[in-house]
Amino acid sequence: MRRTNRIFTILVFIFLYIPMIVLAVASFNKGKDIAVFQGFTLNQYKELFRDDNLLRLLGNSVIIAVLSMTIATVLGTVAAVGIHSMRGKLRSAVMGLTNIPMTNPDIVTGVSLALLFAFVGVLLRINAVLGFWTLLIAHITFSLPYVILNVMPKLAQMDPNLTEAALDLGCTPVQAFFKVVLHEIMPGIVSGALMAFTMSLDDFVISYFVTGSGFVTLPVEIYSYTKKPIQPKVYAMFTLMFVAILLLMVTMNLLQARDNSRRKKLRKREAYR
Amino acid sequence: MKRKWLSGPYVLWMVLFTLIPLGVVLYFALTDAATGKFTLSNLAKIADYWPIFLRSIWLSIIATLICLLIGYPVAYFIAHCKPTTQRLLQMMIMLPMCISFLLRTLAWVALLDDTGIINNFLTSIGLSPLPLIRNNGAVILGMVYNYLPYMILPLFTVLMKIDPRLIEAAEDLGCNSRQVFSRVILPLSVPGIVSGITMVFVPAVSTFYISQKLGSPGTILIGDVIESQFKAAYNPNFGAALSLVLMVLIFVCVGVMNRFTNDDEESMVTL
Repeated sequence: MRRTNRIFTILVFIFLYIPMIVLAVASFNKGKDIAVFQGFTLNQYKELFRDDNLLRLLGNSVIIAVLSMTIATVLGTVAAVGIHSMRGKLRSAVMGLTNIPMTNPDIVTGVSLALLFAFVGVLLRINAVLGFWTLLIAHITFSLPYVILNVMPKLAQMDPNLTEAALDLGCTPVQAFFKVVLHEIMPGIVSGALMAFTMSLDDFVISYFVTGSGFVTLPVEIYSYTKKPIQPKVYAMFTLMFVAILLLMVTMNLLQARDNSRRKKLRKREAYR
Repeated sequence: MKRKWLSGPYVLWMVLFTLIPLGVVLYFALTDAATGKFTLSNLAKIADYWPIFLRSIWLSIIATLICLLIGYPVAYFIAHCKPTTQRLLQMMIMLPMCISFLLRTLAWVALLDDTGIINNFLTSIGLSPLPLIRNNGAVILGMVYNYLPYMILPLFTVLMKIDPRLIEAAEDLGCNSRQVFSRVILPLSVPGIVSGITMVFVPAVSTFYISQKLGSPGTILIGDVIESQFKAAYNPNFGAALSLVLMVLIFVCVGVMNRFTNDDEESMVTL
């Protein structure tokens, strides 16, 4: 039973990684057709680093991702502390509000924000309202719930006596937050921020509706390639991004594993005492 | 000290950028494009699009079920690995999600196309090419591929939390392995199943890129119609009406699903 399941799991992983292999192989392809491999070359990578336009689009995506992640993480963490102290109806109302962008399909979120911006644009008589700011607002909006939902469980796990102790020892509430609470909920903040960053970097659907011609991110540009044939250097770019994310994840994994084993040792040592 | 006021800016932000936009959608859906007066004609026009709504729902239900059938054994397998292997496999499931889904879908086009990788291979070994793309099956495949991780991750989270002593107890009390599964493991994993189904169904039913690339004009989905109202036909009022109906449909589906679980704050997307 376990053995068939192992084979099945391996097959599913192959299924998940087939397109990635296709893209990586295509990035080394001499020919332009992704389906026919005509020989090995590194030219696509050279082309990529000569293409200012593509690098600028990647820069746009990264700027939006970093800004929206930072703002959403700060706003969301502070909000989570507030929600944590709420009870009853108020709390479920705020959590309901948090769940709206989570349950709403991306296309509805995108359309609703686009309509809001168009509406405001008409009111304020601005012609080209869609651009950097609307994109940033939209990304912050869909990132916020991820931060809240990652931080809330950590606040719930935290021993409330810790804050009390800090206050008894003479901390002001603000000091208690920065010296005690923040440290305790840090893993939640980090994973929330990471999710916000990757969601923002990869978001296409919402960005597509709220962006104008002035400020375009990478996914939106790739979508416009449906009309013209895709340039192979795009595959090179994504192969590099894939490797970068892979390295990042492996490093994080190793750090976490080391941290865990160190904790286990500490616990053992304490048990001996 | 009133700590709850700390969430003030957040609540204000969410009201401004999620609640009010939904109000604007409602406003656009109920007004005429030319005159700006109240009308129900946008909503009435939706009746012509019911076949497309039904097709979207039907295809995404099939895709969701396939995801559940594939995802459950995989999540079960991962949940029973050593912690180090678990972390590695979890990471490997999340990794593809970090790469642009547009490009991953294009890679599937390259694989399935009439002169694509699979058909090139088939013709090279002397077989006739297969019609793999521009049909419902290809759209379902695209949905399953793109949203499978959203099914596996919540399932894995609940399966991992099941206390192994419960399984031992059931075995001690005379359950065979099938009974252990159907009476202990499956009921305890319902919250994961529910959030997995929601997280696959909602993006699948509203997708437009997958159906554009892997489907044919005959397999367009409701997402394609909404997209074209904003980007091609430019009728935002009708587009808003369609979005409104889609949103209500999804809220009803999710509401029905959530009746199966009672913990509403169960966070389905934490790492």
